[in-house]
Amino acid sequence: MSKSNLTRRGLIKTGAVAGAAGLTLPTYLRADGHSGFTNAPTGSTVTLGFNVPQSGPYADEGADELRAYELAVEHLNGGGDGGLLNTFSSKALDGTGILGKKVEYVTGDTQTKSDAARASARSMIEKDGAIMITGGSSSGVAVAVQALCQEAGVIFMAGLTHSNDTTGKDKKANGFRHFFNSYMTGAALAPVLANNYGTDRKAYHLTADYNWGYTTEEAVRTSTEAMGWETVGTVLTPLTQTDFSSYIAPVLQSDADVLVLNHYGGNMVNSLTNAVQFGLRERVANGKNFEIVVPLYSRLMAKGAGENVKGIFGSTNWHWSLQDEGSKAFVKSFGTKYGFPPSQAAHTCYVQALLYADAVQRAGSFNPCAVGEALKDFSFDGMGNGPTLYRGEDHQCFKDVLVVKGKENPTSEFDLLEIVEITPVEQVTYDASIFGGELGACNPGA
Amino acid sequence: MDAIILQILNGLDKGSAYALIALGLTLIFGTLGVVNFAHGALFMIGAFCAVTFSRLLSVSHEVAVPGEVDFLGNPMMRDVPYIYDILGEATGAAVIDWAVPLSILFAIPVMIGIGFAMERGLIKHFYKRPHADQILVTFGLAIVLQEVIKYFYGANPIPTPAPSAFTGSFDFGALLGFDPGSIIYPYWRLVYFGFAALIIGAVFAFLQFTTFGMVVRAGMADRETVGLLGINIDKRFTIMFGIAAAVAGLAGVMYTPINSPNYHMGMDFLVLSFVVVVVGGMGSLPGAVAAGFLLGVLESFASMPVVLDTLPGINQIIIYLVAIIILLTRPRGLMGRKGVMED
Repeated sequence: MSKSNLTRRGLIKTGAVAGAAGLTLPTYLRADGHSGFTNAPTGSTVTLGFNVPQSGPYADEGADELRAYELAVEHLNGGGDGGLLNTFSSKALDGTGILGKKVEYVTGDTQTKSDAARASARSMIEKDGAIMITGGSSSGVAVAVQALCQEAGVIFMAGLTHSNDTTGKDKKANGFRHFFNSYMTGAALAPVLANNYGTDRKAYHLTADYNWGYTTEEAVRTSTEAMGWETVGTVLTPLTQTDFSSYIAPVLQSDADVLVLNHYGGNMVNSLTNAVQFGLRERVANGKNFEIVVPLYSRLMAKGAGENVKGIFGSTNWHWSLQDEGSKAFVKSFGTKYGFPPSQAAHTCYVQALLYADAVQRAGSFNPCAVGEALKDFSFDGMGNGPTLYRGEDHQCFKDVLVVKGKENPTSEFDLLEIVEITPVEQVTYDASIFGGELGACNPGA
Repeated sequence: MDAIILQILNGLDKGSAYALIALGLTLIFGTLGVVNFAHGALFMIGAFCAVTFSRLLSVSHEVAVPGEVDFLGNPMMRDVPYIYDILGEATGAAVIDWAVPLSILFAIPVMIGIGFAMERGLIKHFYKRPHADQILVTFGLAIVLQEVIKYFYGANPIPTPAPSAFTGSFDFGALLGFDPGSIIYPYWRLVYFGFAALIIGAVFAFLQFTTFGMVVRAGMADRETVGLLGINIDKRFTIMFGIAAAVAGLAGVMYTPINSPNYHMGMDFLVLSFVVVVVGGMGSLPGAVAAGFLLGVLESFASMPVVLDTLPGINQIIIYLVAIIILLTRPRGLMGRKGVMED
C-alpha cells in the first residue's frame, strides 16, 4: 500500500517553486523559446552574436573583427558594394538578408578570458536571442565558447583560433573553424625553413605556457625534425611574462642556431624584441647565421614589433596583398569603408559570417543541425584562400596556407609582411583522427 | 659560470625597474602613509610620455610618391615630419632617433604635474581612511588611467626604439676572458641599469644632504612633532609625491626600448613591486632598492633551463616563495622599521 504525503499546502508550495523556476529558466531551455530549435527567428529579422575581445590585450584585433562583421551584415542586407558576395562561388545569397530576414547583430566582449567569453555568449543567446555566435582571438576562448554553444544548441563559427584542439580533441558538432591551425603551420613552414636555412639545424623553442603554445610547438617540432632539424631545447614561458631576457640568455649558452618563438600577441612582440636586442640576428652559431622563426604571424602584432620582424619567417591565414579576385574585392570593400587594409582576423570573421548565412540559405532553415549539414563537406571558392573544403569529419576548413616573411623595405605601416610561398592544401591536409576527440551529435537545443 | 654572469646581468636590469617603482611606492608610503596601487600606472604613463613625445616629433604632412600607388590604387602618399622642414632631414632624423632620451625633459614636468594632481585631487582625501580604502581607490584610479591610455593609444604594444647608437650588444664574454659571444648584453639595458643607479643615488642624496630632505625624513619619523615645530610638512609631502611620480615616470620612459609599451605594463610591474616593498620592509628606502635587485636576480635564475628542469614552474612562483620565507623569518621584511603598518 502506498502512502501519499501530498497536502494542499505542499502542493501550493511545489507549484510556486516550479512556477518561479519556469520563469527563471534560460530562454533556450524554455519550450516557448524555440520552434524546434534554440532562438528560432519568428519576425522579420534574425540576430547574430559577435563575440570579440573589446577589452584586454587583443582589443585591437577584436575591433578589426567587429569592423569585418559590420561589413558582412551590410553586405548580407544588400548594402555597400557587396564585397565577397560578388566573388563567392555559392550564389545562394542575394543581398536580402538570410532567408528573407534582415540581419541584425548584438556584440559581446570576450576580454580574451574564457569565463567572460562564455558569459557574454550566454547573454547574447539567452537575452538577445542570437541564433549563431561567432568571433574571438584566442583558442582558449574558442574552445570554451564552442562547448557553450554546443550545450545551448546554436552554431559557433570560430574566429581567430589556431590551436589544433579547437577542431581536434575539443571539436563539437555545433562548432566550425575557417582559420588554419598549428599542424598546418608546421607542415607549411618546415619545407620553407629547410630550403632557406638547410636541414642541419639545431632549434630552441620558447613556448607560451597554454593550449595554443603546446600544439604549435609540437607541430613545428614534428615538422622540422622530419626535415632533419634537431630540437636542442624547449622552455615554457608564463603567459604573463613581459621581459623575456632571462629566457633568451640561455639560448646564447646552448648550441642552438635557430630560435622558434611559439608566442602570439604581446608575448610575441616582447620575446622577438628581446631576442633582437640580445644580438641573435647578428649571431653566428655552428658556422651558420642564427635565425629566428615566428610560426604564427599577425599583421597587427608585427606592427608592435616594428623593425624586428624584418626577414623573419612565419605563417598566416590570409594577407591583404593576395591578388585573387576574392582578396581584392574584400580589401577594396573594407579599405574603402575604413581607410586601411583588413587583418587576417577581420578576413576570417567576415568569411565565417558569410559562410553561415550561405549555409542557412542553402539549407532553407536556421535549424543548427540543418545548417551544420549544409556546411559539412562544403566546397567553395572566391573567398580569398582559393578552393576550400569545410571537412565534415572535424569541421575544419582546408585550404592553401601562406608562408610569409617580415618585409625588408615596407612602403607603409600596413606593408609589413610579404608572401614567400603559398603552400598547397594537399601539403597541409591530415587525417582527422590524429588529434582524437569526437564531434558528437548536433544539438538543436530542442 | 658565463650563464650565471648573464643571469645576474639580466636580474640587475629587471631589478632596476622593480627598484625604481618600489622606491617611489616606499617614498609615498613613508611620507604620506598611503598605499598607492596607482603607482604602476604612473610607470605606464611615463612610458606613454615617451610614445607621445616621439609622435609629437614625428607629426607629418603627406607628400605624393610619384609612380607608386597604395593598396586601393590611389596615389601613394609618404609622411614627411615637419621637423625635417624645420631642421633639415639629417638633423630632424637624428632628433627623432633620440626621441626616447629627449622625452625625459618632457616627462619630468608632466609626471610631477600628474603627481600633484593625483595627490591634491584624490589621495589627500584618503589620508585618514583605512589602508583598505586607499588600496581600493588607488587601484580603481589605476584601472581608469590604463583604460584612458588604451582609448587613445589602442591595446597593441607600440614600438619605441632606442637611439640607433645604442642598438646592438656589448660582448662581456670577450672582456672577461670567456668565449666571444657567450655573454653579450644589449647596450640599452646597460644604459637602463646606469640610469636607475643614477636616479636612486639622486633620490638618496636629495633626502640625505638637503634641508628639504632632512625635514622630509624627520616628518617620516615623526610627523606630529615636525608639525608642532611650525613646519608645513604636508606641503613637502605633496612635493615628495610629485617626485615619486616622476621617478616612476622616468623608469617608464627609459623602459620603452626594452619592451614596447602597452596600456597594461603598469599592472604587470605593480604586483611584483609591492612584493618588493614588502620584502624590503615597509617604509624602508634602502630595503626597497635591495629587494628590487635581489628579486630581479632570483627571478632570472629561476628562468634558467637547468633550474626549470629540476623544479618545473619555479619561475612563476619564485618571487612569492621568497616573500613567504622572508616574511616568516623576518616579519618586517629585510630592513623594515618597527611600528610601520603594525597598529
